[in-house]
Amino acid sequence: MSVIRRTISTPILLTLILIAIALIAVAAGSRPFNQTVIDIFLRVILVVGLYIFIGNSGVMSFGHIGFTCLGAYAAAWLTMPPMMKQTLLPGLPDWLMNTQLPYWGGAIFAALWAALWAALFGKILMRLSGIAASIATFAMLAMINTIYSNWESVTAATSSVVGIPIIRSIWPYLIAAIIAVIVAWLHAISRAGLALRAARDEPTAAAASGVDIPKQRLIAFILSGAVMGMGGALFAHSIGVVTPDTFYLTLTFTTLSMLVVGGIGSLSGAVLGVVILSSLIQALRWLEAGVTIGTTTIAIPNGLQEIALGIVMILILIRRPAGIMANSELRWPLSHPETATQQNPGEDPGNKPTQQGVSR
Amino acid sequence: MQTLFDALSLGSLYALGALGIALIFGVMRLVNFAHGDVISFSIFALLWPSVDAVAIVFAGELPWFLLIPFVLAMGAGLSVLSEIIVFRRFRRANPATMMIASFALGFVIRYFLLMLFSSRPKSISLLPALSQPVEILGARIPLLQVITIVATIAILFALTAFLKRTRFGLEMRAAAENFTMARMLGVRANRVIMGAFALSGALAAAIGLILAAQTGTVDIQMGASVMLMAFIATVIGGLGSLPGAVLAGFLLGAASVVMQTVLPIDARPFRDAFVYGAVIMVLIFRPQGLIAARGTKERV
Repeated sequence: MSVIRRTISTPILLTLILIAIALIAVAAGSRPFNQTVIDIFLRVILVVGLYIFIGNSGVMSFGHIGFTCLGAYAAAWLTMPPMMKQTLLPGLPDWLMNTQLPYWGGAIFAALWAALWAALFGKILMRLSGIAASIATFAMLAMINTIYSNWESVTAATSSVVGIPIIRSIWPYLIAAIIAVIVAWLHAISRAGLALRAARDEPTAAAASGVDIPKQRLIAFILSGAVMGMGGALFAHSIGVVTPDTFYLTLTFTTLSMLVVGGIGSLSGAVLGVVILSSLIQALRWLEAGVTIGTTTIAIPNGLQEIALGIVMILILIRRPAGIMANSELRWPLSHPETATQQNPGEDPGNKPTQQGVSR
Repeated sequence: MQTLFDALSLGSLYALGALGIALIFGVMRLVNFAHGDVISFSIFALLWPSVDAVAIVFAGELPWFLLIPFVLAMGAGLSVLSEIIVFRRFRRANPATMMIASFALGFVIRYFLLMLFSSRPKSISLLPALSQPVEILGARIPLLQVITIVATIAILFALTAFLKRTRFGLEMRAAAENFTMARMLGVRANRVIMGAFALSGALAAAIGLILAAQTGTVDIQMGASVMLMAFIATVIGGLGSLPGAVLAGFLLGAASVVMQTVLPIDARPFRDAFVYGAVIMVLIFRPQGLIAARGTKERV
C-alpha cells in the first residue's frame, strides 16, 4: 500500500487544480466562459486518455481520436430521442432505435463500446512497436473515419447528427475528468502500468524478466480506449452535434500537442499541458476579438491566433524538449527528495545514472 | 490502359512525397509533418495575396522554363529556412518532440497562408496546354498524366545519380546509414541536413505543381492528403529507405486505383478503409517495411 501513499499526492493535486478551474467558472458565471471550461475538461479527459497508452508505453498513437469518434456516435445512438433517430439514422436496429438512456448511461456504454473496439484493434496492432505501430494506429483512425463518413444509414455520413441532448452544467465534465485522472493514476501504479513503463525504458531487460510486452500494451490500449470513448460521449453532449470530421486529424494533433508540450511521460504533464495551452488559446481568442484599453480597442488580425499558438509551442519545445513537466509528477512540495528519486526509477533516462549515484 | 496510367500517375505523386519525407527521416530521424504545408506554400508563392475565388496570378505568368525553377526554389527555400530556424534547435530532442514541433511549424505555415489567401479553394489555370488528351495505344490519356509519370521517372533517375555519383550524395547516404559515424569521418552534419531539406522541399514543390495543374484549383489543404499517403508509404517502404519509399508510393497509388475499379459499387465509398486495412496488414507482416533500411532494425 505504500505505493499508493507515495504517489497519491499527484492525483489529489491534479483534482484540486481541476476543481479550482471549475470554481473560477462558477465565480465568473458567464456562459461563454462556462463553455470554455467545459472544453478544457473534455481535453483533459482526452489527453489523459492518450497518456494512459502513449505515456506508459512510449508508443506514439495517432489513432486514439478514432475511439473518441466511436464513443461520440455511440452516445448519439443511445441518448437521442427515438423520433429523431428514425429520420436521421434510419438504419439503426430496432432495439437501439427505441432506447433512450440518460447521458451518463450513454457515456458508460460509449466507453465500453470504444474499449471493445480498442481490444479488437489492439489485439492485432500491439504486436507492432515503434514507428510502425504509430502508422498502424493512424491507419486505424483513417479507417474509422472513412467508415463513419460513408455509412449513411447509421451515421448520417458526413452531415451532422443533431438532437443529442446538450449538457450545459460543468459538473459532469469535471467528474469525468477526475475519473480519467484517477483511472490513469491507478493504472500507472498497478502491476500492469509498472511492467509497461519498464518495457518502455528497457525493452530487452523487461522482456527477459518475463514482461509480456504486447499484453501489457493491450491492457493500456483498452483502458485508454475506454477513457477516449467516455470523452467522446461527453464531447457529443457538450455541443449536441457530431460529424466524423470533428474527430479526425485536427483533434488528433491538438490533443497530441498538449500531451507533448506538457510532458509525454507524466500524468501531471498531460493535465497541465491542456490547462496551459487551453489558457493560451483562450487568451489569444480574446485578443482576436479585441481588448479595450482605455478608449482604444486592440485586436490582432484573424489567423494570428493559430500562428502565435504554433510559435509558442515550438518555443516551449525548444526550451524543454521533454515537455513542461519532463517526466516528473506534481507532488506535495514537502515530500522528501529521496522518496522522489526512488519513485521514478528509469523515468528519466538522461538523469538516471546521476540520481542513482547520489541516492545510493 | 486508362487504369494503368491513373495508377502510375497517382503512384508518382505518392512516391515523390514519400521520397521527400524519407530523405529527411534518413538523415535526422524527423518525421516531417510540415511537408504537406511546404507543398501548399510553394504553389501559393505563385499567387498574389487575395481572398478572391479566382487566383490573381503573380509569378505564375512566367514562361514554364522560369516558372518551374521558381516554384522548386520556393519549396527548397522554405524547407531550408524551416531547418535553420526550427529544426536545428531539436538535434538532441526525441522523435516525438520533433514530430510535434514539425506539426506546429506546419500549422504556422498553413495559417500564414490562410491569413493571406483565406481558406477558399481558388481556381488557377497553370500550364493549360497540358490538360489536352493524347492517344496512347488506343486510350486517351491526359498529357499531364504522361508528363507526371515521365517527370517522376526522370526525377528518380536524377536523384539516384546524384546520390550515387556525387560526393554530396555519398555523404548523404553515409549520414542516413549511421549519422554519428559519418560525422566522425568528416561529413559536415549541418550541410548534409540542409541538403536533404532542400531536396525534400524541391520535391514538395514538384508535387504542388503537378497537383495544381491536375486539379486547376489551389487550396491551403491540398498538401495534406498527399502528405498522409506519402507518410504511410514511407513507413511501409521501410523508414529511411529511399527505394522502399518509392516502391511503396507506387504500390499505394496502384492499390487505391485498383480497388476503385475492382470493389463492388456498394463498397466503393469505403475504398480508403480497405487501403488502410491493407496498410495494417503489410505492417503486421513486415514491421520493418518492404525494404528495411540498414540500421533501423529493432533488436528486441
